[in-house]
Amino acid sequence: MEERWSTEHVLSLAPDQASAKAAGKLSAPAPWSGTGCGQGALWGLCKGSGSTPYRTVVELATPAYKCSCPSRKFPCKHALGLLLLWSGGPEAVADGAEPPGWAADWLKGRRQSEGRRTAKAEGVTADPAAAKRRAERRSARVAAGALELRLRLADRVRHGLADQASVAGGWDEVAARMVDAQAPGLAARVRELDTMPQDDQLTEYALLHLLAGAYGRIGELPEPLAATVRARVGFTTETAELLAGPTVRDRWLVLGSRTVAPDGADGGLTTRRIWLRGAKTGRPALLLAFGRPGQAPDLALPTGRLLEAELAFHPGARPLRAVLGTRYGAPEPGAGEAPAGLTPEEAVAGYGAALADDPWLESWPTVLTGVVPVLGPDGWRLTDGRHSLPVRRGSVPEAALWRLAAVSAGHPVTLFGEYGHAGFAPVTAWSPDGRPTGVAQ
Amino acid sequence: MSTPSAPTTDTWEELRTTALLGTDRRPLPPPGGTPALVASAGAVDRTDPATALLELAALETVRRRAGAPAAEAVEIPAPAGPDDRPELPEAAARRLTALVGGRGGAGAAANLGELLPQWLATARLRGYRLPADLVPPLLDAARARSELRGDVVSLAGPLGHWLAARNPDWRFVSRTVAQTATPEPTDRLWHEGLFAERVTHLTRLRRADPAAALELLRSTWAAERAEDRLLFLDSLQDGLSPVDEPFLEAALTDRSKNVRATAAELLSTLPESALATRMAERARAAVRLDSGRLIVSPPTGCDTAMQRDGIPPKSPTGRGERAWWFGEIIAAAPLGLWTADTGLTPEQLLLLPVRDDEPAGSNEEANGGAGWGDDLREGWARAAVRQNDVGWARALLGPAPRPGRPDRTAGAPAKLLSVLPPAERAAWTASYIEVHGLGEAFQSLGACATPWTPPLSTAVVAALDRAARSGAYPWSHSGVLGMTERALAPDTAPAVEALAAGSTPDSAWAETFTRLAGTLRFRAAMLTELS
Repeated sequence: MEERWSTEHVLSLAPDQASAKAAGKLSAPAPWSGTGCGQGALWGLCKGSGSTPYRTVVELATPAYKCSCPSRKFPCKHALGLLLLWSGGPEAVADGAEPPGWAADWLKGRRQSEGRRTAKAEGVTADPAAAKRRAERRSARVAAGALELRLRLADRVRHGLADQASVAGGWDEVAARMVDAQAPGLAARVRELDTMPQDDQLTEYALLHLLAGAYGRIGELPEPLAATVRARVGFTTETAELLAGPTVRDRWLVLGSRTVAPDGADGGLTTRRIWLRGAKTGRPALLLAFGRPGQAPDLALPTGRLLEAELAFHPGARPLRAVLGTRYGAPEPGAGEAPAGLTPEEAVAGYGAALADDPWLESWPTVLTGVVPVLGPDGWRLTDGRHSLPVRRGSVPEAALWRLAAVSAGHPVTLFGEYGHAGFAPVTAWSPDGRPTGVAQ
Repeated sequence: MSTPSAPTTDTWEELRTTALLGTDRRPLPPPGGTPALVASAGAVDRTDPATALLELAALETVRRRAGAPAAEAVEIPAPAGPDDRPELPEAAARRLTALVGGRGGAGAAANLGELLPQWLATARLRGYRLPADLVPPLLDAARARSELRGDVVSLAGPLGHWLAARNPDWRFVSRTVAQTATPEPTDRLWHEGLFAERVTHLTRLRRADPAAALELLRSTWAAERAEDRLLFLDSLQDGLSPVDEPFLEAALTDRSKNVRATAAELLSTLPESALATRMAERARAAVRLDSGRLIVSPPTGCDTAMQRDGIPPKSPTGRGERAWWFGEIIAAAPLGLWTADTGLTPEQLLLLPVRDDEPAGSNEEANGGAGWGDDLREGWARAAVRQNDVGWARALLGPAPRPGRPDRTAGAPAKLLSVLPPAERAAWTASYIEVHGLGEAFQSLGACATPWTPPLSTAVVAALDRAARSGAYPWSHSGVLGMTERALAPDTAPAVEALAAGSTPDSAWAETFTRLAGTLRFRAAMLTELS
């Protein structure tokens, strides 16, 4: 049987606040009939204002949703409401039922198309010679771009960073040149330079110089570091290609997740980060999922659960980002206790060690044990009574930090987050009774 | 080593200054810092100073980031006090998450937000402890909606106070009288606290020990500011008794007019007080029973004794002077005198004709020629509310309206209704709605206890049905509908669903009824989870 999710997890699937609120109203049994769950799916009929009720199905593993309502939100409020109802317990939605025909059809169709997609990925037959030519062409263009960037950086330093007048066009123009050179990673970093406070500029100049220079002699670098440099410059690796390579099978503990919606109404992608830790290997992993505007990212894993699965890691000197391969069953409840972690002092040393592998690393996933959040004159700090770490400014909203303070109430807690040179960005807090609370947003 | 850089020259600052000015203008700084750093810096090719500076800066950046030591500990404040209450059931916690709008703390949809007060009041009565992470969003909600504060502060318990001591946004917590709070053992707050904290302290103490609260107030009374005295005096309303009379009587000579008026109003609710006796004398002089009629002779002036008893010489609304004085006297006189003096019941008294003592015409200027009957009735109504007199309130409201019979209560009877016992209040309002519909019923409905009794709920549903069929728009009833979502008995859901099914599909009323039924089901589920 599928373990029921928490309300918080269900609400985290909502594409926006309005959907979450609307779903709350549909979470009572009243509008629902014919609900049931079984075979990894959940279904029900929801009475709306029309005469025909909406047919709602949720496939729980992915999760995936289907509803006959006309809403363009995804998942729609009916799917979310049904999940909320189901999360209430077996008295709300009975277990072990057979899906009715309309639900079974969709589920079957979904599984078939999934199978086809896998087959297609495996059966990919490109022209290897042409692919090699394309790759060589791109490498040459990126190398030329990286060289140009180094010259531009040195030029600025020669004339002085304070002398703004000496550059025409600013860094935007250079960023555009990097896009042309097919180095989107360099372009993104360059674009930040114009708006960066002057105190931080030399740091970023130096790291960009280091990155561009590293690409210039990528052939001499050890392969893991070369992979890190390539990824940071902007080369991507196809998921299928990664999954075709070596994978790591483990029971992955979900440490937490953070969903970031694009600013403004320009309709960017919603990004969800999900951090895992292997129960056997102890390896950290980061999964990324994206959602189009108005849609929640397609992957969601409840914090505190264990997922038996194979992960394929992006190559690098410090492998972290991974893609999800074969899963063995649905996420199971975890141990119900906080994961093992580090002291603040160990966390600082851990980030230092990680930097030795990847000098561009901003932060590293870290579980802190026995820390108390304290609000001081310089903002929030996490202390174990011997040392303390600052909470990274602006990394989480003020309201989330107060929820963290409430969970702690002045007592030590276990806290997962990202620690780096700018401080600690909290994601999940475990209260003394071992219950996780999301504090990332 | 406490700092990563060498004591004499800060390598990073040197590099930064050179970068700002440009390597064309300023030479590269010499290698500095630890021997290892000097060695790595020495390996940098210095042919092009600009490139060399970037290399050195990269080296220094990574060294600083990787080598930064953990900062010293900060002082850990005392943790929040223990909270022994049982934890909220899981389903109820989930419901609360939905009610406060999930994560991010943004306000919930209007009708869910309307259910929050009910949820909070019920959870508080059941004595649950909130999940810690829900306390901050609830404190935020209570900050914006002061009507939630009492329940939220009670439910938040020691954790709420602990958090509020750290977040100025939640300062209201220490100023809120928690529904179950007991006063602090010391009077430190009274002597050192902010004004609002002092009011809270006094109010708490008054609930627990009225005499002690009076003593505390008396101890600093002379030194308090006038506007503070006024609000402190207000808090004596709770548990008012003849013991308070000497203090209040003395307050009648207070320097502040508003304090005097409040003291007089409080004294008038004590029927045995000297002020009430004086008012009774004035009332007897103004109204007498003569051969089956009430003869009114309103006062001709407002002497100093009347002013001392809280009757302002000028009406704040610019009413005729004599009518104003008369109304003030009737409202402040103990109602018991009328029945005792005449041997008649309130109902009988209300049926008596009212006549002017003077020749007709002389008082028309004062009250628009309507006679004194309305002034007398209004004065009695104010007295009934002030003295919480059920018998008089019942008589003044009259029997619940019946179709085809004109009712005697003009205007909004909500205040009088609030004097009646809850069941009677609901029954009266139900009859009123059957006759008059919902148009004028908003305030009366607001005076009824929630959830509404089954008869009242049935009456409201029937009235909504009539409104829908009469072709009215739902939004013209939005005030009542909002209240209905909060207050209608959950058992009424099937009846509302029947209405939804019977309405024209996709019409505004169908949507209204569907939503209402949904809210009722939601409320029923919500209350079940808390039991």
